[in-house]
Amino acid sequence: MKKSVFLGALTVAGLAAAAAGAATLDDVKARGKLNCGVTTGLVGFAAPDANGQWDGFDVGVCRAIAAAVLGDPTAVEFVPTTGKTRFTALASGEIDVLARNTTWTFSRDTDLKFDFVGVNYYDGQGFMVPKALGVSSAKELDGATVCIQTGTTTELNLADFFRANNISYEPVPIETNAEAQPLYLEGACDVYTTDASGLAATRAAFETPADHIILPEIISKEPLGPLVRHGDNDWGDIVMWTLNALIAAEEYGVTSANVDELAAGTDNPEINRLLGTEGDLGPMVGLDNQWAMRAIKAGGNYGELFEKNIGESTPIGLARGLNAQWTDGGLLYSPPFR
Amino acid sequence: MTEKASLAFVRDTMLPEQPPPASETGIIKWVRANLFPDVLNSILTIVALYLIIKIVVGAWPWFANGMWATSSLAECREILQGTTGACFSVLTERWNQLLFGFTYPNDQYWRPILAFVLLAFAAAPMLFAMFLPRKLLLFTALYPFIAFWLIWGGTVLTPLFALLGFVAAATVFPRVEKASGFASALGAAVVTAAIVWYVGGLIAGTTPNLIALEPVPSRDMGGFMLNFILGTVCVSLSLPLGILLALGRQSNMPIIKWICVVFIEFIRGVPLITLLFVANVVLAYFLPPGTNFDLILRVIIMITMFSSAYIAEVIRGGLAALPKGQYEAADSLGLDYAQAMRLIIMPQALKISIPGIVNVAVGLFKDTTLVSVISMFDLVGMIRGPILASTEWNGVYWELWGFAILLFFPVCYGISQYSQWLERQLATDHR
Repeated sequence: MKKSVFLGALTVAGLAAAAAGAATLDDVKARGKLNCGVTTGLVGFAAPDANGQWDGFDVGVCRAIAAAVLGDPTAVEFVPTTGKTRFTALASGEIDVLARNTTWTFSRDTDLKFDFVGVNYYDGQGFMVPKALGVSSAKELDGATVCIQTGTTTELNLADFFRANNISYEPVPIETNAEAQPLYLEGACDVYTTDASGLAATRAAFETPADHIILPEIISKEPLGPLVRHGDNDWGDIVMWTLNALIAAEEYGVTSANVDELAAGTDNPEINRLLGTEGDLGPMVGLDNQWAMRAIKAGGNYGELFEKNIGESTPIGLARGLNAQWTDGGLLYSPPFR
Repeated sequence: MTEKASLAFVRDTMLPEQPPPASETGIIKWVRANLFPDVLNSILTIVALYLIIKIVVGAWPWFANGMWATSSLAECREILQGTTGACFSVLTERWNQLLFGFTYPNDQYWRPILAFVLLAFAAAPMLFAMFLPRKLLLFTALYPFIAFWLIWGGTVLTPLFALLGFVAAATVFPRVEKASGFASALGAAVVTAAIVWYVGGLIAGTTPNLIALEPVPSRDMGGFMLNFILGTVCVSLSLPLGILLALGRQSNMPIIKWICVVFIEFIRGVPLITLLFVANVVLAYFLPPGTNFDLILRVIIMITMFSSAYIAEVIRGGLAALPKGQYEAADSLGLDYAQAMRLIIMPQALKISIPGIVNVAVGLFKDTTLVSVISMFDLVGMIRGPILASTEWNGVYWELWGFAILLFFPVCYGISQYSQWLERQLATDHR
């Protein structure tokens, strides 16, 4: 009897989960807030400021989605997640979308039952060493101690790289980027490895950045992007096209400054469709026609978000590199709005 | 020669007392006795002095050149121009986040502070029961509800009905017990409380603004406040639970005994961090989505379970240390089980267990920082996450961790000192 009650409760829970999973958009609208999973803190990508306001590149994506769906870029509940808790938070429905510089991999997309909706930052894993070590290539790192964040793809890439090159290393497991910094500076590890963007941000915070070099080898592809639960394609579409809208807006020169002006109507039909003055794109994803306009207005287009949070004018100083528009030799390429 | 003539001088008065020689008094004696009693110790003293001076001289400029008013680490470094100096500005800018977390509304800080001050008044009648009138315990009993209202906010009806539920249960219990025994009385009390809470929940739900403070969700708690809430609540809950478990383990009733044994051994065999992950991650799979089973509540339950298992074992040690005669004496006086435990066994067993209990309490208080691993922003989580990840303060370590020490040390040291004082107060053994 007890057992059947328990199983029954589980079934109800499961059904409720399926029902809730089927209409994330309705849930978000009913709640009036978007639950967005972010990191507990990563320089430039997501961190609260002195007033407790979240800010950063990933945060910009969350705000754009909230603006598109709810019309208010501040209607976001930021749920901080660690490398270990992020996937369960998404799978259990605690968050609607995870924008936590998460690498798009085969198994995460399929086995873990998530859908990556795009890439908002093309990264790759690199190595940073002190200049004094006298190393100029990662292949010379035989026998080195390496600081590495646990529970991430970097850990696996590192093992692959060293095995492929038949050299040995000693891992020093760490939990967060903040922990790695002092360990590396004190010499607890010879090498620090993480995504190249993270290395640049870390190095920028050093007292003497010039004493450290980032080795030329990039040993992995790390396409970082937002992801949603598998099975709710309508919601996935909204997140995907919000991201694409930001990317397309940069391509067409729509910025947060001129979006109002352009929304009055232009002679470029692509911009008109994007901003909702022409065609009926919004209702196709269950939103109104101004959704993309609001998303762009929230924090600017992709380029603006990049420059404001991690670009060359910030202390992190990342170059666009692979993350430039396809027209500028990068990989950013939004499908047409048609 | 007569005897008198043979003596040139006979003293017939006492000499006035002389002060001891300079080398045998005051600071000089202390220094000689403690620092330079022999060659080896003298060498050690000099080496130690050298090291202390070295540390102080080395650390002094770090404090003296400390920056208090810059807005980022880069600015600190620019002003210091390579000289040693701390960047305390991170504390002046982010102190509120370190203490209260970054989402607790700024204009409501007085509420946790008031709750903290009231805690002193609520704890005093318990901690210093021998000096204060027993009536003050009434405030201690009310305090959890006051503190809940102050920190979480919302309508005053919520904690009021919670309190009413307990009161109703407490009034029903003795009446039913007299009529039909302990078990049914317990059941009746639980049912009564549940009814009051249910009705109260409905009423409080309809009038959310009656004498309401701005509600603050659990998600917004953070900083040292979160450590303090977890520490205080879990210690005060796990003590009675631990006593029950310890008694249960010694019980003659096999079912109760085995439940207690299994619970204690299971919890003690699992790391706290695992329990926290269960609270955060696994429970979410079993609960239907949308049920917002408060995360702090989940964590409190897990930490309480964990520490009560440890406290139970400590108290079992105290119980085992009592001579069998004490139990027999209680029986021979005709006391029933509850009376014997309350009046004879427990006072002695608890006294023996004080150092162990305090050890668990201090350890537990520090263990509350583990919640940072399940992405709660307690003091450590605040430092490791948001503050070190902000572009302004990325790279400030000593100042922040020093501040954390400054907050934790006095509390832990205070608990330890209190327990030693209490042991001296209760010392009735042979001296």
